[in-house]
Amino acid sequence: MKIERLLPGLAGIVFLAIIPLLPVPPFWLTILNNIGLASLVTIGLVLLTGVGGLTSFGQAAFCGFGAYTTAVLSTNYGFSPWLTLPLSLIVGAATALPLGLITVRLSGHFLPLGTIAWGLALYYLFGKIDLLGRYDGISGIPPVEFAGYRFMSDGAIYYLIWFFVIAVALGAKNLLDSRIGRGIRALRGGGQAAEAFGVNIVRAKLTVFVFAGVVAALSGWLYAHMQRSVNPTPFGLSMGIEYLLMAVVGGSGHVWGAIFGASIVLILKELLQRFLPDLVGTTANFEMVVFGILLVVTLQLARDGLWPFVLKLLPKRAARPLPASDDKLAKRTLAPAGSSLIKVEKARKAFGGLVAVNDVSFEVRAGQVVGLIGPNGAGKSTTFNLITGIASLTSGSVSYKGQPMTGDSPREVAKHGIARTFQHAKILPDMSVLENVALGAHLRGSAGVFRSFLRLERRQEATLLAEAAVQLERVGLGAYRDRPAGDLALGQIRILEIARALSADPAVLLLDEPAAGLRHGEKQELANLLKKLREEGVSVLLVEHDMGFVMGLVDHLVVLDFGTLIAEGKPADVRKHPAVVAAYLGGVA
Amino acid sequence: MIATFLIQDGVTNGAIYALLGLALVLLFSVTRVIFIPQGEFVAYGALTLALLDGGKVPATTSLLVCFGAVAFLFDLWSMRRGTDVGTFVRSLALNLVLPGVIYGITIVLAPLDLPSVAKALLTILIITPMGVYVYRIAYRPLADASVLVLLIASVGVHLAMMGLGLVFFGAEGLRAEPLADDNYTIGALMVSAQSLCIYGATIAIIVGLYMFFERTLLGKALRATAVNRLGARLVGVRTHLTGVTAFTLAAAIGAVSGVLIGPITTIYYDTGFLIGLKGFVAAIIGGLASFPITAIAAIGVGLVESFSSFFASSYKEVIVFGLIIPVLIWLSLSGGFHEEE
Repeated sequence: MKIERLLPGLAGIVFLAIIPLLPVPPFWLTILNNIGLASLVTIGLVLLTGVGGLTSFGQAAFCGFGAYTTAVLSTNYGFSPWLTLPLSLIVGAATALPLGLITVRLSGHFLPLGTIAWGLALYYLFGKIDLLGRYDGISGIPPVEFAGYRFMSDGAIYYLIWFFVIAVALGAKNLLDSRIGRGIRALRGGGQAAEAFGVNIVRAKLTVFVFAGVVAALSGWLYAHMQRSVNPTPFGLSMGIEYLLMAVVGGSGHVWGAIFGASIVLILKELLQRFLPDLVGTTANFEMVVFGILLVVTLQLARDGLWPFVLKLLPKRAARPLPASDDKLAKRTLAPAGSSLIKVEKARKAFGGLVAVNDVSFEVRAGQVVGLIGPNGAGKSTTFNLITGIASLTSGSVSYKGQPMTGDSPREVAKHGIARTFQHAKILPDMSVLENVALGAHLRGSAGVFRSFLRLERRQEATLLAEAAVQLERVGLGAYRDRPAGDLALGQIRILEIARALSADPAVLLLDEPAAGLRHGEKQELANLLKKLREEGVSVLLVEHDMGFVMGLVDHLVVLDFGTLIAEGKPADVRKHPAVVAAYLGGVA
Repeated sequence: MIATFLIQDGVTNGAIYALLGLALVLLFSVTRVIFIPQGEFVAYGALTLALLDGGKVPATTSLLVCFGAVAFLFDLWSMRRGTDVGTFVRSLALNLVLPGVIYGITIVLAPLDLPSVAKALLTILIITPMGVYVYRIAYRPLADASVLVLLIASVGVHLAMMGLGLVFFGAEGLRAEPLADDNYTIGALMVSAQSLCIYGATIAIIVGLYMFFERTLLGKALRATAVNRLGARLVGVRTHLTGVTAFTLAAAIGAVSGVLIGPITTIYYDTGFLIGLKGFVAAIIGGLASFPITAIAAIGVGLVESFSSFFASSYKEVIVFGLIIPVLIWLSLSGGFHEEE
């Protein structure tokens, strides 16, 4: 890592470190402490909502778990705060896990509503339990002590809070910039593409949920030892809403935006509480009117929050150079040419009374390029979905090398070494082209959450990225490596999907209309690429409309019409088959 | 005897929750807005009625004028690149003249000792146009946003409306006079005229909504917009008009609920939120789609609440809001796979 890249961060840390030494009024230190505490929760929320697409209004409750754990243990049982720190985090994780197991299964808008429900229920629960002091809460919590030094003053605990904020922010950045992080970032687009490359969607959601819960518990622990007392109020739904406001205002997809959003909201709150009563003439908390309007206006005018505007003002950072990597990823040993790979037997899919795929049987052998063709509505895509595990079979079976795959999820299909592209390209437009491709190599890495958080998986990550870069060069998109994938043209996006599939080191490549939207020259390049893959022993099954493209390329052709297999064999023979001619030219040709 | 009392109490509250739940289902199915602030309409309605009872001009009238003025500014902004006279005059009439007229009417009528039904109607007249303005200001610029963005916006609108409630009404609670004081005894039951009004209004609104959606062209247009916004637009449905209609209806239902609940409990500026959320529990049980299931579920919520307040009073809220989680799980599992496009 070059020193220039670290410079802005170091400058920021030095700036934060000297603030308490300057003659700042004490209430500004209090505000900064509160910003730090809120930033922790908001960073979790950014990962959960902005990156993972799971909106939560209930994060304040996790602060409560962290705060109450240390409050009870350090007052009633005399635990040292350093001992309650891990315990608070564990309690945060232990409550986030079951709640998350329930919550992440909620679909669409039921999920945020669910978080409102448990956010409220938990708040009332905190206020009802005797051990937690009911609505009065618990006071007399000891301060944090280190080598005889007590973190009592605002200036002292300031360092403790901001140490954790920076550590968590860096960890969150590391996590997002990793194999696990790519899976999490893919959640927002529906996660279908990620699942097709072996990402466990439920687990990825649960990971961010627990992460957000644990950092909120950390914030709660710090809060309890800063405030030295706790009561249920700061852990209710309205605080949960305020945290979400911070994430939205800051920019829900950016880790640094979380700190920015927390600063804006809390400074605004302070100013409003100070000046608004003079303006309006009474002393009630009117800031919620302003907050409500701020939230709506942000969504109306800057849906990605304000941090992107700050980024525009800052000098643009050069793209990170590809890390050097000496290791090579293990390659799959491919089956001997001619042996049976995918075997579809009497596959049938009925949607109510409509039989979309009617007892279709065919086979893909190692080293073959097989084409699946047919007129519109012939059942090609449905057949494709049956093989890739997106749709379930009504009857019949699909097997891979003799092992049944019937009922397998797309993730399990991917584990066999079957990689696919999508008819409606599913890329992640905000991620770089390279990262999109690296998502394909998900199953070839093994680093987990902790190693990624602590950046201990750099060696493996470098290998994965190197592999992705190789595949990008191979398909001819090397020049676009660091661009956001959303910048590419449609034809390039299709090629990008193929590169992503290739980086999974597939035994079989399933391509859903790969040539659609490609220009003539691009089609020829694609055909050459597929021929080269065949020479390397990779098998290909492709669904295609373009007959010219298919005829010159495939070894074996399967023709469907109205869900039924009407012909199969060598392309030249199939072309003359009367049923095929009738299906394509219509009527009794 | 206690059981019958609890049942009656539960059904009465449940009927109010049903009204809220119905408005939420209506709004969601037409505009995809999960309207958290529905409860604020209820609080505004109840507080307005209570102030009218005291012979005062309720602050909601000034609020209405403010809302209208802001909506007019929004209209002006979207008309900044030229417009025709008709659109301008319509906007002027809807956003400035209408609230002005209502303000005038209220100033004249408030000091008179009106019969309670007239006060209730005046309250509904004051609150209903707010739906139009809330839609214009907060949601119309977001019409093409995802359900999640609209939901977050709703939370913002809720905060703003609740805060405005505090500004205009203050922190003290108010209680309105009942529409009718009579009590009837049916067997062992003592039924107040107020609760009969509640049952009647709930049933009337359910039947009315059913007729509206099934039998009228506008109702069908509303449903079409709900299913496919772009498609409805292509066949000539003015989708903004359906949004306005839905919000007007919701605000009217909210005002009716407020008028009904105002006399049975003391309402504070922030009471609406909790009442609204209970309507929400019902609407969610109805999948945010079914009017009859929502109404039945609302009665259920009322019953659960009244029984749990008797047997486990301190855990009442925990039980009511905790109840929703298994429902959500069930809905998510049975709803199959949704992908937000």
